[in-house]
Amino acid sequence: MPQSAEHILDHVDLFRQPEYKEMLENKRTNFENPVADAEVGRVRDWTKTWEYREKNFSREALTVNPAKACQPLGAVFAAVGFEGTLPFVHGSQGCVAYYRSHFSRHFKEPASCVSSSMTEDAAVFGGLKNLVDGLANSYSLYKPKMISVSTTCMAEVIGDDLNAFIKSAKDEGSVPRDFDVPYAHTPAFVGSHVTGYDNVLKGILEHFWDGKSGTERPLERQAGDKINFIGGFDGYTVGNLREIKRIFDVMGVDYTILSDNSDVWDTPADGEFRMYDGGTTLEDTANALHAKATISMQQFCTEKTADYIAGKGQEVVSFNHPVGVAATDKFIRELARLTGKPIPDSIKKERGRLIDAIADSSAHIHGKRFAVYGDPDLTLGLAGFLMELGAEPVHVLATNGGKTWEAKMEELFASSPFGKNCHAYAGKDLWHMRSLLFTEPVDFVIGNTYGKYLERDTGTPLIRIGFPIFDRHHHHRYPVWGYQGGLNVLVWILDRIFEALDAHTNVAAKTDYSYDIIR
Amino acid sequence: MSLALTEDIEDIKERNKGLIEEVLEAYPEKTAKRRAKHLGTFEDGKPDCGVKSNVKSIPGVMTIRGCAYAGSKGVVWGPIKDMVHISHGPVGCGQYSWAARRNYYIGTTGIDSFVTMQFTSDFQEKDIVFGGDKKLAKVMDEIQELFPLNKGITVQSECPIGLIGDDIEAVSKAKSKQYGGKTIVPVRCEGFRGVSQSLGHHIANDAVRDWVFDKQDGKPARFESTPYDVAIIGDYNIGGDAWSSRILLEQMGLRVIAQWSGDGSIAELEATPKAKLNVLHCYRSMNYISRHMEEKYGIPWVEYNFFGPGKIAESLRKIASHFDDRIKEGAERVIASYQPMVDQVIARYRSRLEGKKVMLFVGGLRPRHVIGAYEDLGMDVVGTGYEFGHNDDYQRTTHYIKDGTLIYDDVSGYEFEKFVEKVQPDLVGSGIKEKYIFQKMGVPFRQMHSWDYSGPYHGYDGFAIFARDMDMAINAPVWNLTKESLP
Repeated sequence: MPQSAEHILDHVDLFRQPEYKEMLENKRTNFENPVADAEVGRVRDWTKTWEYREKNFSREALTVNPAKACQPLGAVFAAVGFEGTLPFVHGSQGCVAYYRSHFSRHFKEPASCVSSSMTEDAAVFGGLKNLVDGLANSYSLYKPKMISVSTTCMAEVIGDDLNAFIKSAKDEGSVPRDFDVPYAHTPAFVGSHVTGYDNVLKGILEHFWDGKSGTERPLERQAGDKINFIGGFDGYTVGNLREIKRIFDVMGVDYTILSDNSDVWDTPADGEFRMYDGGTTLEDTANALHAKATISMQQFCTEKTADYIAGKGQEVVSFNHPVGVAATDKFIRELARLTGKPIPDSIKKERGRLIDAIADSSAHIHGKRFAVYGDPDLTLGLAGFLMELGAEPVHVLATNGGKTWEAKMEELFASSPFGKNCHAYAGKDLWHMRSLLFTEPVDFVIGNTYGKYLERDTGTPLIRIGFPIFDRHHHHRYPVWGYQGGLNVLVWILDRIFEALDAHTNVAAKTDYSYDIIR
Repeated sequence: MSLALTEDIEDIKERNKGLIEEVLEAYPEKTAKRRAKHLGTFEDGKPDCGVKSNVKSIPGVMTIRGCAYAGSKGVVWGPIKDMVHISHGPVGCGQYSWAARRNYYIGTTGIDSFVTMQFTSDFQEKDIVFGGDKKLAKVMDEIQELFPLNKGITVQSECPIGLIGDDIEAVSKAKSKQYGGKTIVPVRCEGFRGVSQSLGHHIANDAVRDWVFDKQDGKPARFESTPYDVAIIGDYNIGGDAWSSRILLEQMGLRVIAQWSGDGSIAELEATPKAKLNVLHCYRSMNYISRHMEEKYGIPWVEYNFFGPGKIAESLRKIASHFDDRIKEGAERVIASYQPMVDQVIARYRSRLEGKKVMLFVGGLRPRHVIGAYEDLGMDVVGTGYEFGHNDDYQRTTHYIKDGTLIYDDVSGYEFEKFVEKVQPDLVGSGIKEKYIFQKMGVPFRQMHSWDYSGPYHGYDGFAIFARDMDMAINAPVWNLTKESLP
C-alpha cells in the first residue's frame, strides 16, 4: 500500500507506485483497445516531418490550440477598469462563468461580472426581458456606479438591440434614468478578445462624450494639457499600469488612464472583499475628451477607439506593446514631445541600468533562436526586444493577427540583421507552431501557459510571457513596460536560459564539466 | 455573532431565517420572491431540503452556473480520451474550458489522445450568415488527415449552431459513412438550452445512447465476460479520482471494464452494456444513461460514495451486496486492509480539525457526497447548496445533513458572500470564481471542483490527501496575518 499518514502521496507520486502502474497497464491492454505502440510511434514521428507540416499548414477549416479568445472576454477586461463598474454580459450565462474563471485563474483574483442568463425562450422572443430584469437586479444587489453592457454570440445571432433595450430598461425603472449604462456589441464570431476590448472602450467613451445615447448634450471638446493613456488587453496590466503611473509621476505628467484595472485585479487580503477597487473615475472618463493627446500602448487593441478619439481632434499615438530600450525610448520621447516635459535624469538612469544589464548578459542571449506567439501587439514588442538583445525571433505567430500585423512584423524583421531569417505567421495556431518547432527548431519558445504542451512535445524550453498564465504565480504583478519592465523580461529570459543550460550539463561524470558555478 | 459559536439548534434555525430575510431585502421585490424559494433551513425528518431547484437563474444576480455546453463538452464527453471533441462555433467556449478540468488520462496527446487539446471550428461572421455545415464537414476531413489515430469525433454545439439552423446530424452521418462507419456524434448542447450544465449532461448521455450504443447492438465484447464485470459511471478522474476508486473495486475482486468518462475510451463506452453492474458516483450527470442501460440491457446500477472512510466502507459493502460471497469477503478484506492507514490519518489530522465548520457550494454530487469525509475528520458542514441540482439531489441530501443546515440553491454571489460573512465558517469549499472572494475575507478556502490542483480525493488513498489539504487550508499561518493590521 503506497499511502501512509506520515508521507501522503498526491497525484504527482501516487500513480507512479507499482500497484497503480500495473492497474493502469491492465486497463489499457484489456479494455481500451489501444493503438499499438509502434503505430503511435510511427504517427508521432510523422507529425514531426515537413510532409506533415505542409498538410498542417493547408488546413482551411480546423483550428487546433488557438492563441486567442473571443470578444466578450476583452469586453469584461475593459469594463472592470472603470470606477465601480459592473460588467453585464447580455446572452447565455455559461459564457460569464467562463470569463470569470479565466480571469481568476490568471490574476488569482475575484472577477465580478453578471449575465442576463438568456435561455430558449429568449432565443425565440429576444432577450429584452432578461436585460430589463437583469439590470434591475444588478443595480440593487451590487450597487455599481456604472453598468457596462456587452454581448455574447447568442444575443448577436438573434439580433438584440442593446441601445433600444437599455432605453426600455430605463423606461421601466430598472436603473435611474441618469445612471450610466454604456454598451457595445461584441460578437464572439468577429475578431478576438482584443476586438472586444476595443469595442467596449469605444462604447464607454462614446457614452460619456457623445451625449449618453441621446439623453444629454454631447460634450464639447476644450483642449487641455492632460494625456490619456490606454493600456489595451494586457495580462501584465497590474504591474504595467502601476509602472506607467510611476513614470508619469516622475515626469510630472498630468494623465488619465482609461480603463485602469490595476487595482481591481490586485486587491489585498485584509479581511474585506472589494468587488470594485480603483478604476478610472467616471468624471475623468468624461473629461478625457479634453485631453491634449491619447497614448495607446497597443495599436491592435484600440484600432476603433484610436480612430474615434482622433476624430474628436486629439493626437493619438499608438505603440505595439513596447518592450526594451529602443521601444521604451520611443515611448518616453513621444511622451516628452506631447507634454513638453523634460526627461528627468532618474529616467535616464533607469535606461542606463537596463542597458547595463543587457551588456552584462547579452553573451548568453546573442544568436539564440526564439519562437514567439501571443497577441499582435505583444509579439511585436517581444520580437523587437529579442532583436535588440541580439537574438533571432525566428517564428512569430499571432492567431488573432491579420495582414496588417504580418506586414508590420515583416517590416520589423527588415529593420535588423537579426530579423533576416524570421517569419510572421498571421492567423495560425499552436498546432502550426508545433510543426514549425519540429521542422525548424529554435532554442526557446515564448508564450502563454499553453506553450507547455509545445515544450513537452518538442523539448523546446518555454519562457512564460503572455496571457493567460495559469501555472505560474504572480508574474502579472510585475511590469514589462518601461525600462524597469524591460529588465523583468530580460531576467525571465535569462533565468530560463540558465536553467536550460544547467539541466543540459548536470549529468555526473558525463556532461558536468560545463556545470559552471559562475555564468 | 457567529453561528459557528451557537450550539442550540433552534437558535441556528432562527438565525438562518433572519439571515435569509436579510439577503432577500437587497433584491427588488419580484426577484426576492423568486429567490426566497431557493433558500432555506433543513428540518430533520423532511423528505427534501425544502428548496426549489433546477429552474432558470435570475438575470443579473451573478449566478455561479454554467451552460449545457459545459455539461456536455466539459463534463461528460471531453474526458473520452481517444476521440476528438470539436467545440463547434466561436473560439471562446473551447478556449476557456481548455484543459481546465483536470481529467487525468494516460496517452500520447495529439497522437492517440486528445483531451487537453482545443479543437474548434472557430466560427467567423460568414459561418453565421451562410451556415457552418460545410465548414464542419471540412473540419472533420482535416481531423481525419492530421489525427489519423482518433477513434471518433464528437460535435459539441455552441450557442449559434441551434440558432442558425445547421444540420450537424446530417453532416455527422454523411462523414461517418464516408469514413467506414466511424463513430461521429453530434451533440445538441448549445449553451442556451436548459437552465445550467445539467441539461448538457442529459443531452450528452442521450447522445451516447443514440450514437454509440445503438450502433453496437448485437456486437460481441472484445473480451471474455466474467460475473464480476462492473463499470464506473460518473467519475471524471479529476486529479486521478477514478483511479483511486478503481483500485478498490479491483482489490475486492471486481473487474472494471469501463470508466465513464475520466480516462475513458470509446472502446470502454461500447463495452459497458456487457457489465453486470453499473456503479454510479455522480448521479446528477449520469443517472440518465444508467437508467437507460437498466431498461434496455437489464443492468442494475448502484449509487456509491467514495469520499471518506465511513462512506467508502458503506459503499464497498453496498456494491458487494450485488455479488457473491467472494466479493463480499473481498470488500471486508479491503476495508480491513486500509483501516490502519485511515486510523493514522485521522489520528494525525482530526485533533487539528475537530469542530471546524464548513460551508459548501458545488456542483454534481459533492454538496452531499463530501459531507461524510468532513465528518470523518470531526468537522461540521453547516451550509450547502447545489449549482445545478434537481429535487432528487436535495432528497438524497437529507441522508447526509444535520437538522438546521443552511441550504442555498443556485446561490448568487451576493447571497454567498453575505451568508459566509454572517455564519463565519472555518472553511468554504466551492469553485475558482468563489475562491479569491473568501480568501480576501480571510476565510480559508478549498476548490471542491478541481481539488485546488491537488487530489485525488476519492478512495482511501484520496482521503489521506483530502485530510492533508483541509488541514493546510484551515491551519495555514497566513490566516493569522489577514486578521492583523498595522497600528
